[in-house]
Amino acid sequence: MVGSESTRALDRASVSQGFMKLFRGSSSGTQPDTAKAPGNRLTRRSSGLAELARLWPAQQNLCVLDLGSTSPANISFFSSQSHKIYSEDLLVASCDQTLLVRDEQGAFSLDSRRFLEENLVYPAAHFDVVLCWNLPDYLDESLVKPVVGRLWSVLKPGGMLLAFFHTRDAGPDAPCYRYHITGPDLLEMQPVVPQRELRRGPTGAVHRSIAAGFRLQRVFNNRHIENLFRDFASIKFFLSRDNIREVLAVR
Amino acid sequence: MDVPKTGEFAHIGKSVVIKGELSGSEDLYLDGQVEGSILLKGNHLTVGPNGQVKANVEAKGVIVQGKLEGNLRATERVDLRKSAIVMGDIVTQRIAIEEGAYLKGKVDISKDGAK
Repeated sequence: MVGSESTRALDRASVSQGFMKLFRGSSSGTQPDTAKAPGNRLTRRSSGLAELARLWPAQQNLCVLDLGSTSPANISFFSSQSHKIYSEDLLVASCDQTLLVRDEQGAFSLDSRRFLEENLVYPAAHFDVVLCWNLPDYLDESLVKPVVGRLWSVLKPGGMLLAFFHTRDAGPDAPCYRYHITGPDLLEMQPVVPQRELRRGPTGAVHRSIAAGFRLQRVFNNRHIENLFRDFASIKFFLSRDNIREVLAVR
Repeated sequence: MDVPKTGEFAHIGKSVVIKGELSGSEDLYLDGQVEGSILLKGNHLTVGPNGQVKANVEAKGVIVQGKLEGNLRATERVDLRKSAIVMGDIVTQRIAIEEGAYLKGKVDISKDGAK
């Protein structure tokens, strides 16, 4: 596939999946549940994380999967409590342009089968906790359901998954954050900003979308979220004031 | 853990390609390509910014500035610098990860020093 054509196709694929685009502009009227932290970071309290955190002191050797950007803070947080942490940045992995395929209508989408052959390759029922963060909101449409299905299978029965979803008031330009755990219910949010250079990723592909920043793909409403996690035993919602709906799903 | 100064370690330059088992009893600075395994028990390995390693690594301490694919076991310490790309599991006593480093794998902090 020609480079420029595939680049344009990836852009199209990443923004054109419009089945739930319900944006309604920005939310100037609401009070954010965040505070400024040093170094362009925001801190916010997380009820979902607080609920999860009750597990951590009580159990040893928990297996935790962090699906955000590699976070030194998160690795240090869990390893200091004798838990095992796995780190895997699925958003970056999804930018591999070799994943692009044409469907029967000639439209480009990402090859979810190949994506799952190369990512999230773990034994079944391996993890106690999966930290999904805002991944479903920014992941390409073709990957969302297969990835959630795979996450269900790698979670232990009773294992928990934490995910954040924007409410429709967030707007399409809502920045993509990476999340650093700084306390049992406290997160530092760091915008994913253009990198210092176009970086070659693990597969050798140049990750143009990192340089451009990730874009909100869609907004899920409650019913869509319930559908997405329908195989899970229970789902709990926490609505925060910064237009984020936190979801804690238990397998 | 600082990057060792020239003269205090064996040096594999960026044009060197090695396939096979690499072992030794001195510190090693690796800026080339290695495919196989690296065993430096009691010594340090530094993967330089041009280094590309596809190997399981065992050493006392490891600094990664380049790319490493394989499992990494260090009895003392692992340092992932901001340009590091590591795909594999890490077992060590202490770890430091700079902002910007990429890790795909497990981190297991072993109080016994990954012995």
